[in-house]
Amino acid sequence: MTDFTLNRLTWRAPLLTAAICVASTVAALAQQTTEDPVSALGTLVIWIPFILKGFWLNFVMSVLAMAFATVTGVLLGFMQISPNAVIRMPAKLVTHLFRNSPWLVILFAIMFLVPFQITLPGGDKILIPDWVKATVGFALPVMANISEILRGAVMSIPSGQWESAESLAFSRRQTLIYIILPQCVRRMIPPWMNWYALLTLMTPMAAILGVNEALGNTQAAMEAAGARPEFLIPFYLFLMTLFFIFIYPLSIYTRRLERRFAAGS
Amino acid sequence: MITADNWTPDQPIVALHDVHKSFGENEVLKGIDLEVMKGEVICIIGPSGSGKSTLIRTINGLTPVTRGSVKVEGQEVHDPDLDKLALRRKVGIVFQQYNLFPHKTVLQNVMMAPVLVLRENKDEVRERARSLLAKVQLNGKEEAYPAELSGGQQQRVAIARSLCMRPDVMLFDEVTAALDPETVKEVLVAIKQLAGEGMTCVLVTHEMGFAREISDRVYFTDAGRIVESGPPAQIFETPKDPRTQEFLSKVL
Repeated sequence: MTDFTLNRLTWRAPLLTAAICVASTVAALAQQTTEDPVSALGTLVIWIPFILKGFWLNFVMSVLAMAFATVTGVLLGFMQISPNAVIRMPAKLVTHLFRNSPWLVILFAIMFLVPFQITLPGGDKILIPDWVKATVGFALPVMANISEILRGAVMSIPSGQWESAESLAFSRRQTLIYIILPQCVRRMIPPWMNWYALLTLMTPMAAILGVNEALGNTQAAMEAAGARPEFLIPFYLFLMTLFFIFIYPLSIYTRRLERRFAAGS
Repeated sequence: MITADNWTPDQPIVALHDVHKSFGENEVLKGIDLEVMKGEVICIIGPSGSGKSTLIRTINGLTPVTRGSVKVEGQEVHDPDLDKLALRRKVGIVFQQYNLFPHKTVLQNVMMAPVLVLRENKDEVRERARSLLAKVQLNGKEEAYPAELSGGQQQRVAIARSLCMRPDVMLFDEVTAALDPETVKEVLVAIKQLAGEGMTCVLVTHEMGFAREISDRVYFTDAGRIVESGPPAQIFETPKDPRTQEFLSKVL
């Protein structure tokens, strides 16, 4: 699962981003003409709270989707290692289906398959907001990958652990709970964190479907302020920086954990 | 016919009769007969690939047999209705690769099964675990993790872990084969002490000197069959079968 970790992560990268930020700001200021009452940067500053409000939704979607994906993924992973084929085969099917489908296709499918409102038996109608549907759409591929992470971690435990547990009269269930899983958790945390980072970076896809998250709000803000071409660089750079500041420390921490676990084993 | 109901301690505690085991097309055991009396120490020797490890693993049901009968205290091991828990607490096994639980301390390794599986009182188990660790010369290592110990120390923890289940029979599957030469002796000393206390032991071993010193009887296996058996002096000094003679001339 190291494929998704950026190589050579250092603090030079944020410095570079900051430099680009400053350069673009200067460029934006230079473009400013006397007829424009407010500069591009000034416009951005005015709209920042609106964009941050959108980003809060990205954060909420990522956390909820990850929680949902973790619970269902772990469950699916357990089903995948069941000795009972009736439990194992459907779990394998679901896992491989969602692991090998494009995220955008899953997202569209959920958006249009799940009704926008459901009627309760009592007759009350509940609206399902688009962002909730998008959250489910993001959770499904991550769920499938967590299922595989769990299966892989269990498989990576040497067979001798199962044998010695068995000969000490542990049942299969007890062996999983007390001996196999505690050894798996350590191995699962770094890939799990990688998937959270990926998931968060995918959340702006919800903008395509009209969810008012950070990307959607950024576009709406530029539109509302007059859609001037000089908005593009500062607004999009701000958005990228926002995600970067959130995800980059996570990447560094994941890398550190990976190194520590590699050294410990 | 000896069954679990009419078994008495003067009958074989372990009895294998006509045991066959195949892995696919490959027949590894081709009719094994073997009996162990309570308190006896049995060594199984023979060339690599002769089925020694498979044989010892059939005794606690880790390897299911294709045909034949394996009985421990009169109880058929491969009976599908068998209470595996009852069998496993009677028969302890120590493996070549120790197989300690790496996420648990030495003391936890030894205590786990009696507390979690047998639901015994934790304080009593701790008491017993500490004295067993002391017996295998590991006092002071209770809070260490397996990775911090040498191979010989880990193997002695594995012995203590098995003994903490208070088994009637102990199986040792090439327990010194993965060890550095300088730590082999400390493990052999622990086994010898155990045998001296009257524990029934079945060992698969390549340590010929040790087998000769410790065993009541030695079984020589080759190509899935028991070629000859007898007291160590007879097997090592006046082997009858040419295959035994050839094997011993190579290893001694």
